[in-house]
Amino acid sequence: MTTSLLEVRGLKIGATVYPPGEKPHDIEIVHGVDFDVEPGKVLGLIGESGAGKSTIGLAAMAYGRGGVELTGGSVMVNGRDVLQSSTRDVRRLRGAEVTYVSQSAAASFNPAKQIMEQVIEAAVLHGKFNKSDAEQRACDLFAKLGLPDPDNIGNRYPHQVSGGQLQRCMTALALCPEPDLVVFDEPTTALDVTTQIDVLKAIKDAIRDTGVAALYITHDLAVVAQVSDHIMVLRMGEMVEYGTTDEIINHPKEDYTKALVSVRSIEHEEKQPTEPVLRVENITARYKGTKFDVLHNVSVDLSPGQTLAVVGESGSGKSTLARVITGLLPPRDGTITFAGRTLTPDQPSRSIEDLRELQMIYQMADTAMNPRQTVGTIIGRPLEFYFGLKGAEKQKRIQELLDEIELGKGFQDRYPAELSGGQKQRVCIARALAAKPKLIICDEVTSALDPLVADGILKLLLELQKIEDVAYLFITHDLATVRAIADSIAVMYQGRVQRYGTKSEVLTPPFDDYTDLLLSSVPEMKLGWLEDVIANRKMESAGN
Amino acid sequence: MHPILKLVAERLGIGLLLLLAASALIFGLTEVLPGDAAQAILGQAATPESLANLRTEMGLDRPAFTRYFEWLGGIMTGDMGVALTNKLPIGDQVASRMSNTLFLAFWAAIISVPLALVLGLIAVRYQNRWPDKIISGITLASISLPEFMIAYLLIFFFAVQLFWAPSFASINDSMTLLEQLHAISLPVAVLTLVVLAHMMRMTRAAILNVMQSAYIETAELKGLNTFAVIRKHAFPNAIAPIVNVVMINLAYLVVGVVVVEVVFAYPGMGQYLVDAVVKRDVPVVLACGVIFAAVYIILNIVADVVSILANPRLRHPK
Repeated sequence: MTTSLLEVRGLKIGATVYPPGEKPHDIEIVHGVDFDVEPGKVLGLIGESGAGKSTIGLAAMAYGRGGVELTGGSVMVNGRDVLQSSTRDVRRLRGAEVTYVSQSAAASFNPAKQIMEQVIEAAVLHGKFNKSDAEQRACDLFAKLGLPDPDNIGNRYPHQVSGGQLQRCMTALALCPEPDLVVFDEPTTALDVTTQIDVLKAIKDAIRDTGVAALYITHDLAVVAQVSDHIMVLRMGEMVEYGTTDEIINHPKEDYTKALVSVRSIEHEEKQPTEPVLRVENITARYKGTKFDVLHNVSVDLSPGQTLAVVGESGSGKSTLARVITGLLPPRDGTITFAGRTLTPDQPSRSIEDLRELQMIYQMADTAMNPRQTVGTIIGRPLEFYFGLKGAEKQKRIQELLDEIELGKGFQDRYPAELSGGQKQRVCIARALAAKPKLIICDEVTSALDPLVADGILKLLLELQKIEDVAYLFITHDLATVRAIADSIAVMYQGRVQRYGTKSEVLTPPFDDYTDLLLSSVPEMKLGWLEDVIANRKMESAGN
Repeated sequence: MHPILKLVAERLGIGLLLLLAASALIFGLTEVLPGDAAQAILGQAATPESLANLRTEMGLDRPAFTRYFEWLGGIMTGDMGVALTNKLPIGDQVASRMSNTLFLAFWAAIISVPLALVLGLIAVRYQNRWPDKIISGITLASISLPEFMIAYLLIFFFAVQLFWAPSFASINDSMTLLEQLHAISLPVAVLTLVVLAHMMRMTRAAILNVMQSAYIETAELKGLNTFAVIRKHAFPNAIAPIVNVVMINLAYLVVGVVVVEVVFAYPGMGQYLVDAVVKRDVPVVLACGVIFAAVYIILNIVADVVSILANPRLRHPK
């Protein structure tokens, strides 16, 4: 085949792993993968974390991140095998024929240098343009990508532009040297949902206008459906299914692909509000040393055994609300009533009963656990602290809790490092449940997890709610999650509750402009969705 | 006001306060030491009456507070008092001694700072390979040896055996610059070896730390070679920690050279201080102490300011 720009055959990738308690050894993480990318076409690589998709993407640039080694097969770019090329030839390829857009532009731009210098660096280095032509091209790209003030934005430093803008600058950086292939590695995953679709549209248009080919890596099938011509589904370093976007989305053959396509199949019947267990009234709050309120007059109720979803973009004040309720940030004004008692504003003055009945689960299960304690110690701590359980009694209760979170007996003696992401979050849930709380605040508990794993956690939470009759205050930016589990919803925007009511009320039109923007921005697994949404918008997204 | 000006002004203010505190501490310490200037002048022959007379004559019978502020006032107007031993104004002697010390420190810095940075960059480029190991080994060995030991070793080989350089580093104004440099070549070599390791290792550690960042990967994926990645993308982000260590070492070159100056009989501040301590010349000890404190504080302020300037978030606020 001479038409292929990128031709990967039998690609094998290995890495050295350092598991706790074992000797370091080599493992294979990609087990022989074949695929082609034709000029001007976009191939979506999709899979969960650990599927090897980023590793494969970087292999197109002969790059192994960390201790990763490209051990076998061939990667032909424009007819040359980059795995057999000298270091010098590989450097000539990188940044000239193949370029890269990373997930976090904020981390991938050098904070000490102006954006323009970094955007044109590769083009000038490889002699594609002289400095002034490269700058002109960069400005054209900035304009094409919809960046404000395209002629001057390059003079800014990375910290002076927003996350969504920086992600577009990163795309300009990749397109500036007129490459043949761009590797997009989760370019919109770190962005807010309303910002994501603008960036997605900008990337899609830029790909179309420049005629560049692309590898588009993501875990979100709905996103990849909007930009790719073909999709390859990966799982644990092996190809599961390959086909045109239409085939994969509408007629998946493999069970795993079907599971990915039909994710979010949670059945949850909405409950009607009753006498609330938590009542937040007219809360106004600001952070110490700042001059602006981050919460304005926020009031919400939560009924026992139900779920209130608090949704909004980053900076909307949803996590601040959790800090106020837990007493970590005493409010300037307003009251919080919990289980019939008025809570004192600051956490240290609260009774042990208040502390016990109000538990929290965090986004990063990793950092919420002491890495030097076993699962048994972690779950056992609240049992000792709140109930004074000891010895056999405590062990029995730990075992019950481990059963409830669907982890077996052997997990008690494991350390957090020996658990997967989903298992860690389950341990955090067990730790919260151990206190027999009336309310658990869940702060983005599934956003760091893969879709299928996140689904499992949500199902578990709903199951536990039935058994323990615990209420959840569920903070999230993910509307699909909200649809799946909420009984009532509060939409937050710039520190205010924009829309509040039962789930059916909030999700039934007519919408206010912001709720409409938020709801319509959730990617749908439908071809052509992106164009429809952009055409029907009433409001610019906040991240612009 | 621009936030940077504010930060710099803040640092200067703190530096002045610190210097004031240091002067009080130095004065206080010489006060609590047994004996005073009167005792030192009269020596063993002192009788209680003659001591009391001399104290009244020198004003030493007045409260310590009064004398401290008098002394402080003198220093602020440029009058450091008179040396007890030779009755000469301290200011004049300090000026010539200080210029000698700075001359030595300047040439040691000119050689050691760029050398440390370059060696640090090379160590990063060939991390854990033989150039890195050789650089680390040699610099660690040189910092582990006491400086007088290095000094005597160098004297033995280069002055006694090879006759390349003099073992006595005496300089005066009638010598040409080249003659002067030749005279101080051995002390400069010793000082360079002493301060090199610290700066080189900090350069290596600070850059290696930055090399973990995602933007280093971006640079590598642009096709830059490793040295260009280090120089263009890693080094600018490692300036702040490096400058801090460089400044501490520069301060050491000025105030920590006592041993080297004594070994090479170099007429600098260190020699001057040691002489004054031996002769219990309290006013000279006080003056030297304050000057050393000032050098330390000024260089640290410079380090702080450079760190602030190196941070684009402070230089270009949103």
